[in-house]
Amino acid sequence: MAPLAPRSGDAVFASVERVNAELFTLTYGAIVRQLLTDLEEVDEVNKQLDQMGYNIGIRLIDEFLAKSNVSRCVDFKETAEVIAKVGLKMFLGVTASVSNWDADGLSCSLILEDNPLVDFVELPDACQGLYYCNVLAGVIRGALEMVSMKTEVNWVRDMLRGDDAYEIRIKLLKQVPEEYPYKDDE
Amino acid sequence: MQFFGASAESNPSPLAPAGTGTGLLGNNTFMIYFFNRNGECLLYREWHRPLKTLESHQDHKLMFGLLFSLKSFTTKLDPISAEKGSLGVPLLPGQGCSFHCFCTNTYKLSFMESPSGIKIILVTHPKCGDLRESLRYIYNIYVDYVMKNPLYAPGTAIKCELFNTKLDQYIRTIV
Repeated sequence: MAPLAPRSGDAVFASVERVNAELFTLTYGAIVRQLLTDLEEVDEVNKQLDQMGYNIGIRLIDEFLAKSNVSRCVDFKETAEVIAKVGLKMFLGVTASVSNWDADGLSCSLILEDNPLVDFVELPDACQGLYYCNVLAGVIRGALEMVSMKTEVNWVRDMLRGDDAYEIRIKLLKQVPEEYPYKDDE
Repeated sequence: MQFFGASAESNPSPLAPAGTGTGLLGNNTFMIYFFNRNGECLLYREWHRPLKTLESHQDHKLMFGLLFSLKSFTTKLDPISAEKGSLGVPLLPGQGCSFHCFCTNTYKLSFMESPSGIKIILVTHPKCGDLRESLRYIYNIYVDYVMKNPLYAPGTAIKCELFNTKLDQYIRTIV
C-alpha cells in the first residue's frame, strides 16, 4: 500500500477538531493580561510568550506531521510554504503568504492578512513594546527545531502597533542532522 | 477534570487494515519500540517474547543502532535516486530512501520514522501484511495521548496509562 499523499490545508482543517474562535481569542487575551500583571516588564512578557510558544511548538510538530502527512521538505522554500499554507491553516484557520526571500534563500517573511489571536484587541499606551502574538514566533521556532532546523523568528510588522499587516520574518540558521548518539566504547 | 474527553475520539485513519493473519487473534504482535531522535527509548512494550537474549539497555542500543545503520545502507544502495550521502554521514530524518520493513522466517520488523525523529518499530508475526497504515495510526495515538498530555515531558520515557491502554487495544486488532 503506497503511503498517503500529503493533504492540503483545507482538507486537514476540515478534519481536525475545532474550538470556538472567541473562546480561543479570549483565552489567549487572558493569558497575556495575566503575564503583564505578573511580570510587569513588557520585554519579560515578550520573552515569556516566546518561551511558551516554543514549548507548544515542540509538541505541536508531531501532531502536524501525523495529521497532515507531509513528508520531509526538500528545502527551506518548501518548508516556508508548508508552514504558511498547511500549518497555519490547520491550527489557526488562516493562511499566510510567503514573500521577501533574501538572496541565498535562507530567510523569508510570512504575511498574515487575518490573525485570530488579535480580534477585539487594542494595545494601551503603557504596552507599546509588547509583541502580542509573540507566542506564534515561539511555536514556529520550536516546531522547526524538532525537524532539525535552527531558526530565528521575529515579528517585523504588527497591526496592533499601527502597521498594515502581520509579518513574521523566519531565518534559517542551520540544519542539524541527527548524530549517532552512542559512543563506540559504551 | 478530564484531560482526554470521551467524546474526543479521534479517528485519524481507517481501522487496522486487513492482512493475512495467523488466526491467533491478538497474538500477532510481539513487541513495540518507540525511540526519539536522540536514541532514547521512550517506550518498549512486549506482548509475546519467549526468547530474550540481551538486557534491556543493550537491547535498545542494538535496535537503535541497527536501524541507524540500515537507513544509511539502504540510502547508499538506492539504484534510483541521484543524491546519496556518504556511508556513515548522518542524514536528516526523512531524507534518503526510507526503508519500512524487513522479514525473517520467524518475525517481521516494521519501521516508521517521522520527520521529527520519532521512530516506531513494530515486531510482528511474519504473515502480517504491510503495516505502514498501522504504524501511522499508532503515531496518531502517540500524538493524541502522549504529546497532548501536559504531564508528559518530551524526551522522557512514556508513562501514560491511557496511552498504554489505547495502544494495547489497537494492537490486538492488528491481523
